[in-house]
Amino acid sequence: MNTLESYMIVASAVFCLGLYNVMTRRNAVAILMGIELILNAANINFIAFNRFNGTGVLDGHVMSVFIIALAAAEAAVALAIIINLYRNIGSVDVDEARSLRG
Amino acid sequence: MEYILVYICTIFLLPLLSFLLQLIAPRSLSSAMAYLSTALLCLSSILSSICLYAFYNDSSWTFADWGIYSALKLIEIPWVTLPDFHIGFGMNFDKLAVVMLLVVSLISFLVHLYSIDYMRGDKRFSRYFAYLGLFTFSMNGIVLSNNLFFTFIFWELVGFSSFLLIGFWYEKKSAGNAANKAFLVNRVGDIGMFLGIMLLFMSTGTFSFNGIQYADIDNGIMTIAGLLIFMGAVGKSAQVPLHIWLPDAMEGPTPVSALIHAATMVAAGVYLSLRIFPFLTLEALHVIALIGATTAIVASFIATSQYDIKKILAYSTVSQLGYMVCSIGVGAYFAAFFHLITHAMFKACLFLCSGSVIQAMHHSQEKLHDHSKDPQDIRNMGGLRSKMPITFFAMLISTLSLCGVPLFSGFLSKDSIVAGAISYYNSFHGLTFIIPLFIILSAALTAFYMFRLIFLVFFGESREISIYSHIKESSYYITAPLILLSLLSFAFIFTFPSFNPLDSHGWFYSMLSTVTPFQTLGYDMYKVESGIHHAHTSAMIISITVAFIGFLLAYFKYYLKRDILSLSTNGIYIKSKNLFRNKFYIDEAYEYFIISPFLRLSKIASIIDWNYYDQRFIDSWGWITIKLSKISSALDYHLLDQFIVDGLARLANRSGKELQSSQNGVLQSYLFSGVLGLIILLIIIQQLG
Amino acid sequence: METSILSLLIFLPLLGVVGMFIAYTLKQDDIIFKYIALLATSVQLLLTVWLYFNFDPSVALSSNISINPVKFSVQVPWIESFNIQYFVGIDGLSAPLVFLTSLLMFICILASWNISKHVFAYFALFLLLDTGMMGVFLSLDFFLFYIFWEVMLLPMYFLIGIWGGPERKYAAIKFFLYTLFGSVFLLLGMISLYYYSGIESFNLIALISAAPSISGELWGFQVKYLIWIALFIGFAIKVPIFPFHTWLPLAHVEAPTSISVILAGVLLKMGTYGLLRISYPLLPGEVVAFAYTLAILGVINIIWGATNAIAQKDLKKMVAYSSISHMGYVLLGMAAVASTSAAGSQAGMNGAVMQMFNHGVITAMLFLLVGMLYDRAHHRWIVFPEDYEKPELAGKLGFGGVSNKMPIYSGFVMVAFFAGLGLPGLSGFISEAFCFIGRFSIFKFLTVLGTLGILLNAVYFLRAYQRIFWGEEGASTQGLSEISIREIVILSPLLLLVVALGVYPAPLIDIIQPAVQGIIDTVQSAL
Repeated sequence: MNTLESYMIVASAVFCLGLYNVMTRRNAVAILMGIELILNAANINFIAFNRFNGTGVLDGHVMSVFIIALAAAEAAVALAIIINLYRNIGSVDVDEARSLRG
Repeated sequence: MEYILVYICTIFLLPLLSFLLQLIAPRSLSSAMAYLSTALLCLSSILSSICLYAFYNDSSWTFADWGIYSALKLIEIPWVTLPDFHIGFGMNFDKLAVVMLLVVSLISFLVHLYSIDYMRGDKRFSRYFAYLGLFTFSMNGIVLSNNLFFTFIFWELVGFSSFLLIGFWYEKKSAGNAANKAFLVNRVGDIGMFLGIMLLFMSTGTFSFNGIQYADIDNGIMTIAGLLIFMGAVGKSAQVPLHIWLPDAMEGPTPVSALIHAATMVAAGVYLSLRIFPFLTLEALHVIALIGATTAIVASFIATSQYDIKKILAYSTVSQLGYMVCSIGVGAYFAAFFHLITHAMFKACLFLCSGSVIQAMHHSQEKLHDHSKDPQDIRNMGGLRSKMPITFFAMLISTLSLCGVPLFSGFLSKDSIVAGAISYYNSFHGLTFIIPLFIILSAALTAFYMFRLIFLVFFGESREISIYSHIKESSYYITAPLILLSLLSFAFIFTFPSFNPLDSHGWFYSMLSTVTPFQTLGYDMYKVESGIHHAHTSAMIISITVAFIGFLLAYFKYYLKRDILSLSTNGIYIKSKNLFRNKFYIDEAYEYFIISPFLRLSKIASIIDWNYYDQRFIDSWGWITIKLSKISSALDYHLLDQFIVDGLARLANRSGKELQSSQNGVLQSYLFSGVLGLIILLIIIQQLG
Repeated sequence: METSILSLLIFLPLLGVVGMFIAYTLKQDDIIFKYIALLATSVQLLLTVWLYFNFDPSVALSSNISINPVKFSVQVPWIESFNIQYFVGIDGLSAPLVFLTSLLMFICILASWNISKHVFAYFALFLLLDTGMMGVFLSLDFFLFYIFWEVMLLPMYFLIGIWGGPERKYAAIKFFLYTLFGSVFLLLGMISLYYYSGIESFNLIALISAAPSISGELWGFQVKYLIWIALFIGFAIKVPIFPFHTWLPLAHVEAPTSISVILAGVLLKMGTYGLLRISYPLLPGEVVAFAYTLAILGVINIIWGATNAIAQKDLKKMVAYSSISHMGYVLLGMAAVASTSAAGSQAGMNGAVMQMFNHGVITAMLFLLVGMLYDRAHHRWIVFPEDYEKPELAGKLGFGGVSNKMPIYSGFVMVAFFAGLGLPGLSGFISEAFCFIGRFSIFKFLTVLGTLGILLNAVYFLRAYQRIFWGEEGASTQGLSEISIREIVILSPLLLLVVALGVYPAPLIDIIQPAVQGIIDTVQSAL
C-alpha cells in the first residue's frame, strides 16, 4: 500500500474535490479554498514522485515549498481582488458579477 | 523658232494672269482691271496671229509628219513620275493648235471688250472677268495639251468655268439650275471620256495622242475607246442625247453665251474629235456620223418654233455642232475644222448681236419702268432695223454666212460638209442615205428659222410700240466687236487671195489642208478626199437650192405674212410645232425616266440605310445585347448574389447568435467549459497516442 | 534630336496635359488651357515640319529584306518577357499621315477656341487623342500599335458624349462600342500572329520577315485566312467599309466641329493605314485572293455613300456620307495592288495613299466650313425636314443666297466642294484618277461602276451649293456674318494644300512612292 499509485489517487481525489469546489460554489472565498485544494493536490503529487522516482535529488520537495509560498501569495492577491469586488458590487457572490455577459 | 515657243507659253498663261489679278483686285479698281484684262487678251490675240503667220510660213509644222513632229515635242513638264507610270504636261504645237489659239484669244478679247459695256454696273463685275480669264486659260489648255490626261484636266476646268459663268446671276433659281444641269450633264460625258482614257492607257501604256495613234491594238478595243472618248465630246459639244444643257445655259450673260456656248467650249468637243480622229475606227466613225446628223436635224426642228432669241441661237449652235461632228464622222476632216472656225466667228457675232438687241430692249424697258415683257422674246420685237442699223447689218451678214450663202465663209465650210456627206453615201450606200438627208434637210431648216428670226426682229412693224420707241443703237464697246466679227464672216477672209466666192482655196486651205492626217484607222483618207472633190459640185448646187427654199418659206410666212399651203391651220403642222416648241419633250423624258426615279432611289437608299439597316438591324444587336445582359444580371443578382453569397452571410449571422448565449458573464460556466475542453483533449490525445 | 523626335511627337501632347493639370490645380483661367494646348500642338507642328525637311523617303520599312533600324526609328525593349518593344519609326506611308495629324490638330485647337464648358477636360482629352493618333501612325510594334489604338477611343467617347449635339450620348456609346468590337478582332489577330508566326514577337519588321512561315489550321480554316479576316474586320469598321459604316453618320453629326474634323480627317485613315501597314505586308497571299472582294466593297462604298448623301437634308450628314464615298476610292486603289500591270498597281496604290491624305485635308475643310455655318445660324438643314419642330418651315429651304452675305466663305466652300467632287486642278482629282487608273487595270467592269461615283458625288455637292448659296435669301440667311480672320487662318493652310497639290502633286508622291513600292513588291511576290 505504500506505492506511488495510492499517493496519486489521493492527489487526484483532492484535485477533483478542489475542482468541483471551484466550479460549483458561489462564494468567491470558497472558490479560493477550492484553488488551495488544487494547489495542495499538485503538492502531494510532486512529493510522491520525488519519493518514488527521484534518487539523490530533492527537486520535488523544493517544488513543493515553492508552491506553498506561491499559494500564499496568490491567496493574498485573490483576497485583495475579492475585497475590491465586494466594494464594487456589494456581495462576494460570483453570480452577481456579470457585466461581461455577452 | 524659240520665240514662237515663248509666245505660245505667254498666250497660254496670260488669261491665267488675268484670272489671278481679277481675284485679288479691290472693288474700287474693278473697271480699270476690266480694261487690263481686255488688254491682256488683246495682247494674246496679237501674239497668236504672229504665231499663225510664222506657222503659215513654215511648212514643216504638220500634224501628220511624224518624223519632224517627234522633234517638236519641245515642252514636256514632268508632273507625276512613278517608276512605271509617267504623266507630263506637254504642248502640241501644230497648225491646228495655232489656229484654234487665235480663234479662242480673238473671240475672248472681243467678248471682254463687249462685256465692259454689257456688264457695266453688275455687282460682281470683276468676278465676271476673273471667270472669263479662267475659262480662256482652260480652253487654251485643251487646245495645247498633247496628252489625253491633261486634256481631261482642262476639259473639266472648262466645264467648271462654264458652271460659274452660267450661274453668274445666281439669285435667279433658273440660273442655278441651269449651271448644275450643265455641269452634271458634262460630267456624264466626262465619265465616258475618262473610261476611254483609262482603256487606252491600259492598252497602249501612254496618254499622248501620238503615242496612241501609232500603237497597235485590237480593233474592238479601239472602237470602244474611241466611242467612249467621243462621249466626252457628246457631252461638251451638246450632241443628242446630252444636248439638254445648252439651251438652259442661255441663263448666263449673253457674252458668255457667245464665248463659251458658241465659239469655244462647245467647239472643244469637235476639237478633241479632230485630235483623236486618227485612231477612230470605222465602226466608231459610223456612229459618230449618225449622232452628228441626228443632232443637226433634231435641233433644227426645235429651233423653228422657239420664241426666245437666245434659245433659237442655242439650238442653232447645237445643230451646227451636229454638222461638225457629222463631218468628222464622214471623214471630211478639213471641212469640220473649217466649219469650226467659221462657225465660231459668225455664231459669236450672232450672239453678240442678240445681246445688243436684248440690252437695247432692256434699257428701253427701264426707261418705261415696265419690266413685264421679256426682253428676249422675239414676239416683243419687230422693225428694229431702222433703230439699230449696225446690229442689223452684222446680224444679217452672220445669218447669211450661217445659211451658207455664197460670198460668205459659212458657205465654203458648209458646202464641204454637204459634199462629205454625199460622198459618204456614195461610198457606203444603203441606209447611210439618211446622213446626207438629215444634213441637207437641216440646212433648209436653218435658213428657215434664221430668216424667221431676222424678219420677226428687224423687219415689219413693232409689236410693242412703247418699247420700240425708246430703243437705240448700242455703244461702241458693243458694236465694234460686231463689226469685226461680221467682217470675218466674209468668204474672202479665208480665201485670200482668191476672190472667187465658190472656191474655197486660198491661204487657209493651203495652210491647213496638210493638217489632215492620212494614217488613220478609219477611213482611207485619199479615197475620202477624192470623193469629196467629186461630190463638190452637186453639193454646192444642193446646198444653195435648199438654203434658198428655206429663205423663201420664211420670206413668205414672216415677211409677206402669207400663209402658203394653209399650213398654219393644218393639224399635223400644229402638233409638230408644239412638239418642236417643247423640245421633243426630251428634258421631260430625262426628268421622268432618269432623274426622278434616281432621286427617289437615293431617298429609299437613305431610308434603308438609316431606318432599316442601322436603326433596326445594327441597333437590334444592341437591343439583344441589352436583353442578354438583363438576363445575366438577373441570374447574377438573384442566384449568385442573393442566394449563395448572402446565404453564407446569413448562415454566419445565425450561428453567431446561437453561440452568443454561451457568453453569459458567469465565471464558473467559463471554467466549466475550460475543464470540459481539457478533458476532451486528454481523451483525444489518449486515443491518438 | 534624331532619335528622340518621334517620341517627342507622340508624347508632347501628354506633356501638355500634365502642364494643364498643373495649371488646373493652380486654379488658372480657362484661357490658359487653350494656350497650353495651342502651344503643344504648334510645337508638334514645327517638329513635323522639321521632320519633313529631314526625311528621306527612299528608305522603306515594308520591304522584307532587312530589319536594320532606319533613320528616326527608336527600338527599345519594353516588356521583355513577351518580347514587346517600344519601336517607333516613320516611312513614306506614315509620313503624310503624321503631317496631316499634326496640321489638323493645330487647326482644330484653333477652331475649338470658343468652347466654354469644361475647358480643361476638353483640351486635355484632345491632347490625349493626339498622343493616341501619333502613336498609331508611328509605332512599328504591333502591341504598341494596339495600345495607342485603344488610347484613341476613350477620349473620343467623352468628347462626343459631353460636347456634342442633341443625341450625343447615343452617338458616343455607339461609336465606342462599335469600334471596340472591331478592336477585339484586332486583338485576336494580333495574338494569333504572335503565336503562329513562330517567332513570338510583336515587332512588325520581324513579323514581316517571318510572314511566309505563318502556317497552321484552326477549325478547318487556314490560320492565315482567319487572321486576315480578324484584322480586316477590325480595320474595316474604322474605314468604314459597308456594311460596318452606320456609326459614322451618327458620330459625325453629333460630334462638335473639331471632333468631326479629327474623326473624318485622321481616324478614318487609320483603318486603311492599318490594312496597308499590317495586313498587306504580313499576309500577301490573302490580299491577292481578297482583292476582288475589296474592289467590290470599294465600289459599294462609293455608290452607297454617294446615293445616301444625295438624300440627306442635314448638311453635316451629307458631308459624312461623302466621306464614306471617298474612302471607297481608297479601297479601289488598294485593290489594285493585285494588278499584273506595273503601272496599274503603282498608280492604284499611290493613288490610295494620296487619297488618304487629300481626303483628310478636303474633308477637314468641309467640316470646318459646315461648323462655321452652324455657329452662325444654329442649324444645318439644307431643306427643313417634314417633321421639323416648327411646322411652317417644314419642307422649305434652310438657307439661300448665302453667297451674297458671305462671299469669302462661299469661295472657300466652292473650292472645298469642287475638290470633294474631284475637279482637276484640285488635289482630290489626282488621287481619284490614279485609283481609277490602277483599278481599271484589273477590274474593268467594277471600275466602270465606280466611275458613276464621279457623277453622283457631283450631284449632291452641286445641289447643296445651289440650295444654300444661290437663289434668294432665306429666313436664316438674314443674320449671317462674314467669316472672321481666325477662321480664315484656319482654312487657308487647307486651301493652299488642296490647290498646291492639285496643281503639282509631285512632293506628296515623292514621299509616298518608295514605301508604297515596298508594299507592292511584298504583295506581288505572292502573286
